[in-house]
Amino acid sequence: MKFKFLEHTADIKFQAFGSNKEEVFENSALAMFNAMSHDIIKSRIKKKISVKGKDNESLLYNFLEELLILFDSEGFFLSKLKVKIKENKEKKLEAEVYGDSAENYNLRIDIKAVTYNEMFIKKDNKTNKWVAQVVLDV
Amino acid sequence: MCKMIKLKKISENIYEIPKTGNMKVPGRVYASEKILELIKKDRTLEQARNVAMLPGILKASIALPDAHQGYGFPIGGVAAFDINEGVISPGGVGYDIDCSVRLLRTNLKKQDIINIQEKVVNALFRKIPSGVGRGSKFQISRKELNEVLKKGARYMVEKGYGFKEDYLHLEEEGCISGANPEKVSEKAIKRGIGQLGTLGAGNHFLEVGFVEEIYDEKTAEAFGLEKNQITILIHCGSRGLGHQIASDYIKAMEDEYGFKNLPDRELINAPIKSRLGKDYYAAMACAANFAFANKQLITHWVREEMNYLFPEKKPKIEVVYEVCHNIAKFEKFKINGQVKEVCVHRKGATRSFGPGRKEIPPAYRDVGQPVLIPGSMGTASYVLVGTKKAEELTFGSTVHGAGRVLSRAAASKKLRGSEVKSSLHEKGIEVKAGSWQGLSQEAPQAYKDIDEVVRVVDELGISKKVARLKPLAVIKG
Repeated sequence: MKFKFLEHTADIKFQAFGSNKEEVFENSALAMFNAMSHDIIKSRIKKKISVKGKDNESLLYNFLEELLILFDSEGFFLSKLKVKIKENKEKKLEAEVYGDSAENYNLRIDIKAVTYNEMFIKKDNKTNKWVAQVVLDV
Repeated sequence: MCKMIKLKKISENIYEIPKTGNMKVPGRVYASEKILELIKKDRTLEQARNVAMLPGILKASIALPDAHQGYGFPIGGVAAFDINEGVISPGGVGYDIDCSVRLLRTNLKKQDIINIQEKVVNALFRKIPSGVGRGSKFQISRKELNEVLKKGARYMVEKGYGFKEDYLHLEEEGCISGANPEKVSEKAIKRGIGQLGTLGAGNHFLEVGFVEEIYDEKTAEAFGLEKNQITILIHCGSRGLGHQIASDYIKAMEDEYGFKNLPDRELINAPIKSRLGKDYYAAMACAANFAFANKQLITHWVREEMNYLFPEKKPKIEVVYEVCHNIAKFEKFKINGQVKEVCVHRKGATRSFGPGRKEIPPAYRDVGQPVLIPGSMGTASYVLVGTKKAEELTFGSTVHGAGRVLSRAAASKKLRGSEVKSSLHEKGIEVKAGSWQGLSQEAPQAYKDIDEVVRVVDELGISKKVARLKPLAVIKG
């Protein structure tokens, strides 16, 4: 399972999973776009993005926000992606993202913002898997 | 989750969260017993308590009858802060800065629309961009956008999209002063520039309805409302521009102050007098002005379309009022016998000033400020009037709507968009939405009972009922 959606009164809450940190970031991005559309998205456009963060949470926040800005300003809708994270004093994420123009698909919901509400990223020591939780303001 | 929060009943519809621990003031919850049971289901009370811990908060952290869990602060919450010792918080305003409601009155009657609702709804749906990712047909240069951010609805009127009387009948006359576009990030500009003149999705809508009932003849007359008159209600905010401003300042305040000492990371704030506090206010005012301008442009298109649809009626469409929902404002109130300027955060709350306040347009000053409360799609919307009581109890505030009870996910599972549409059709309401999913998520069943919410605020006296509007045609994003 890449991700699952959870109950939240006003907003959208999901958990994403991955066998490593990169994968949990990738699946978080896919979850956010899945909230917006269930269509199968073509990979017509390729872009590179890069964001920084002071901890895992802020890195995830900034990453998802960057994708949201691409969606709002250029109509870019994500289909697949490859994430690389470099960890020094500051964390840096670079991603190759593929997708298509949003106008070609049925969109169901408008995401206003990524939030820190109930956000976490952690490695489950029992399963050795990573899990991230995000609430999107819609 | 709120089981540990003990409430003390003060009187009918008024409860207190007693001051304990780090709380600087008590919490105040305004609700009927029925509504309180719904409020207790999520983290609303815990959030209201946490807000009471913030520096410089005055009198009480307030939750109104439409309160539900929000981001840090509850939605349907009010908190006022001392200007010298207090803070300003993006979470206390919300991501959709100045998500707000404008009411238009017309010279059309219910019978002009009643059999052609579908035609009307289709025409308006085509005319006004709504829905997810739908950009605007209105192109604007970067330089013009700066003018919009500085001047709000006034700038649109200067450009020919409306009349002076329009902005004179908006909260703050359609422009919050102190807006500075230099405090708005490039990212926010990028998100907002293509969205001026769009409704957006989610709970935003445009509703053609009629005055079904009048409760207060004198005030209704002052507001220019009469029975069976067609009204138009527009609900939308500052779109991606405002969302990004909120996000930018949340991050900047975290970097500057950290969140380790806060009861909740989402209560991040800055002293009102600090550089960041001032910058956030200047940017927030820009978002509010964008929202005013947005509705001004939509009003212009509504006029064009109604003229086209009803040429023989010569439609006269005037602004009754516009209220801000998610906003921080500097306003004066009497506290312990002294008039004091405070910074009021209204998150999912409406200003509700009583008669005499200079902030109210002269035409309404003798009766009080119009308060506009949109219901959910299939129910009713209400026009109320502000009161002196609100100034005493709630820093001049009242509810903003019904407030959600069902999550979007649960609503989608429980209700199909097509069923929602047909059940509304049976009630005489035509609706056109950008997506079925959007429709099911905003179904009437997903919200508290608007009649009950309005009954409670009327009983409390923080706003009084003037008229009830029934929808006939609704556009959803």
